[in-house]
Amino acid sequence: MGHRRVIRTLAAAAAIALTASACSAGASSTSEGEGGESRTDMVVAHTAEPVNLDFTTTAGAAIPQALMENVYESLVRIDQSGELQPALATSWEVSEDRTEYTFDLQDGVTFSNGDEFTSSDVKFSYERVKSDAWQNQLKTKMDIVESIETPDDSTVTITLTQPSNRWLFDLASLVGAVFSEDAVNDLANQAVGTGPFEVSAFTRGQEIVFDARDDYWGEAPALEEVTFKYFRDSVAATNALRSGEVDVIGNLQAPELAGELESTEFQVIEGTSNGEVVLSMNNADGVFADQKAREAVLYAIDEQTILDTAWGGYGTLIGGMVPPTDPYYEDLTGVWEHDVEKAQELVEEAGIAGEEIRFAVPNLPYATAIGDIVVSQLEEAGLSATIESQEFPAVWLDRTFTNHDYDMSVINHVEARDILTVFGEGSYTGYDHTRIDELAAQADAGTEEEYVEGMKEVARTITEDAGAGFAFLFPNLIVADPAVQGLPENWVSDAFPIATLSWS
Amino acid sequence: MLRYVLVRVLQFLLTAWIASIIVFALMQVLPGNAAQVALGTNATPEAVARLEAEYGLDRPLVVQYLDWIGGVVIGDFGRSYVTEADITPVISDSIQVTLIVVIASMALALLIAVPLGTAAAVFHNRAAGVAISGASQVGIAIPNFLAAIILVMIFSLGLGWFPSSGWRAPIEGIGEFLERLVLPVTALALVQAAILTRYVRSAVLEVMREDFLRTARAKGLTAGRALVKHGLRNAAIPVVTVAGVQLATLLIGAVVIEQVFVLPGMGSELVRAVSNRDLLTVQGIVMVLVVLVLLLNLIVDLLYSVLDPRVRRAA
Repeated sequence: MGHRRVIRTLAAAAAIALTASACSAGASSTSEGEGGESRTDMVVAHTAEPVNLDFTTTAGAAIPQALMENVYESLVRIDQSGELQPALATSWEVSEDRTEYTFDLQDGVTFSNGDEFTSSDVKFSYERVKSDAWQNQLKTKMDIVESIETPDDSTVTITLTQPSNRWLFDLASLVGAVFSEDAVNDLANQAVGTGPFEVSAFTRGQEIVFDARDDYWGEAPALEEVTFKYFRDSVAATNALRSGEVDVIGNLQAPELAGELESTEFQVIEGTSNGEVVLSMNNADGVFADQKAREAVLYAIDEQTILDTAWGGYGTLIGGMVPPTDPYYEDLTGVWEHDVEKAQELVEEAGIAGEEIRFAVPNLPYATAIGDIVVSQLEEAGLSATIESQEFPAVWLDRTFTNHDYDMSVINHVEARDILTVFGEGSYTGYDHTRIDELAAQADAGTEEEYVEGMKEVARTITEDAGAGFAFLFPNLIVADPAVQGLPENWVSDAFPIATLSWS
Repeated sequence: MLRYVLVRVLQFLLTAWIASIIVFALMQVLPGNAAQVALGTNATPEAVARLEAEYGLDRPLVVQYLDWIGGVVIGDFGRSYVTEADITPVISDSIQVTLIVVIASMALALLIAVPLGTAAAVFHNRAAGVAISGASQVGIAIPNFLAAIILVMIFSLGLGWFPSSGWRAPIEGIGEFLERLVLPVTALALVQAAILTRYVRSAVLEVMREDFLRTARAKGLTAGRALVKHGLRNAAIPVVTVAGVQLATLLIGAVVIEQVFVLPGMGSELVRAVSNRDLLTVQGIVMVLVVLVLLLNLIVDLLYSVLDPRVRRAA
């Protein structure tokens, strides 16, 4: 008899469990009832989460990606084709000697805290970049600014120490962000800008909620609320997309999933980015101090195979440090055609057969995938590389980037126009920067045509010197609900602009 | 009894203090530092040094330790130099998530394991008992992250019953809170239930062979009543021990599960803090985890003496 009672109890417990789960199921289906044409909100998944809201003291792509153009604005911005467009400045004039820029400012602009935007905010913000308050080393982009004058509330005159073609483009990046003088005390937690959105909630590690401002000076955004949700894991992000918890994946870090998503019901957009996946070699020390050894590597690697195998064929071969959206882009993929025999000859010549190559591979999905293929391609040419897996960012930054204790590495350099940082003085690549310093300085100070021609030569010189290998240009792979419109196809600036997003 | 409790509490405090030194020391040998990570790929050595000084990382280690532990004792874990926010609220927010998940998992695991394990013992030489033993063996073999992935595939992507990830606090809506809790709790509980079922089964089997049960039946109790009245309390002792130890492993398991379900618990905070070299936050979270585990052990020790008078007397 007792046994039967136990069974009855068990059956009752099971029934309760089933009822409980049925109740929760009901709850979930009601919450999915929202949606349709009337939706004014959108959820976008991203990978790298901001640790705080302050890009003046914290480096990395995550903070400006969320805040630039959406919350903070600069005088100018870069559009989808890489061209400069007016933003807080309606127009600008450049003096004869090209060192003085006069900007006419937009009228009727307010910050999200209600402060009025005037020329003094520009002066305050840009002088602040040059002060110790800014820790982010991108601040050096403003070193060239000599003085900032404010003749009246809607005019700013900025004088440079020397002509520079680069500077106005740099101004479109985060160093150009305009802050309100009263709102810089707690930048890590409070973002106050002139942009179309304001941050209404920031849950560290989880999400940022942007609310559209009704008092925005420009065209009002189509959506009222946009949420950035952060997923370290691509599978979790695609699960969330499939189950309708997110509407867009900002940049899919698992291209192998893209094909499947596209064949189901989602739109997949492949655009360009500023991310050059650099196969760096330590030019200054060790095996690769010898140019012949570096050339051997460049002949040995087959970029198309790397792209196809490691990143599902998404991405663009570039052969140099310049993305196609930059004005001085040139196709350099033909400089080092894949040629195993030549590679083997050079290995012989340089006497590096069997020499141990220390290959520092950060623990990032693309890097680990590329690492294995490169090792096997090097093997064919008679080179033996050993992978040292390094935690990113902490360990990689410490050992490889700062202490230059490596022979070879692979990393996606995501910053816009970063060729001179990666191959300039003190860089971890150890490239002989004297080969390009003069060229780059002349180009920057020259006319616009001279700039384009000069920078092309800089990029070509680095590639021809075998300064590094360039695996491919990282794709901007966006996956979204088919009804989402206005997605930023190309990743051209620091920002992931959300003002253009809408539902069809 | 009082002496027993006192000795246990003193042991607890001493262990916690030693642990704090070990935790602090371990942080110092992690390669890479917060200033470097904060400044990223544009950092110059001078800028890193300046930021280190600002963070106070250039002070002598003893000073850094005393500064930190002095705050921890009064519940102030300091201010993170990476996020520029106080750490105490971060810990108290995330610990709620983790504890809710862990305690709910343990409760669910016990709810499954005690009846199942008892049934397996009672029917140990019949088909039902063998089937339960077999199923629990399979359950033990499935790691909880795999259980999590399978649950998401079936109940979230397939049937669409529950969201695949995320968290809502109970005050934001009890329905939304519960529907997001079901899958992670189930994923954690299944494995625990399997483990506990086996312990319950063997504990009950053990008790069923005891003389006092036979005596109880001789006094006219049915097998079921004898087991409930006299057997279960005796069987509870090994089960409480194991459940206590398992709670500690559940805390660790939660770190993984939080990643899969994107829950803002201590595991997620820990992983994030480690990768940003936010050492103060890491220290704080690890310390709290250590204290929690020690506290669990203390509670289990004290529970013994409640459950089993022999332990009290021996002390």
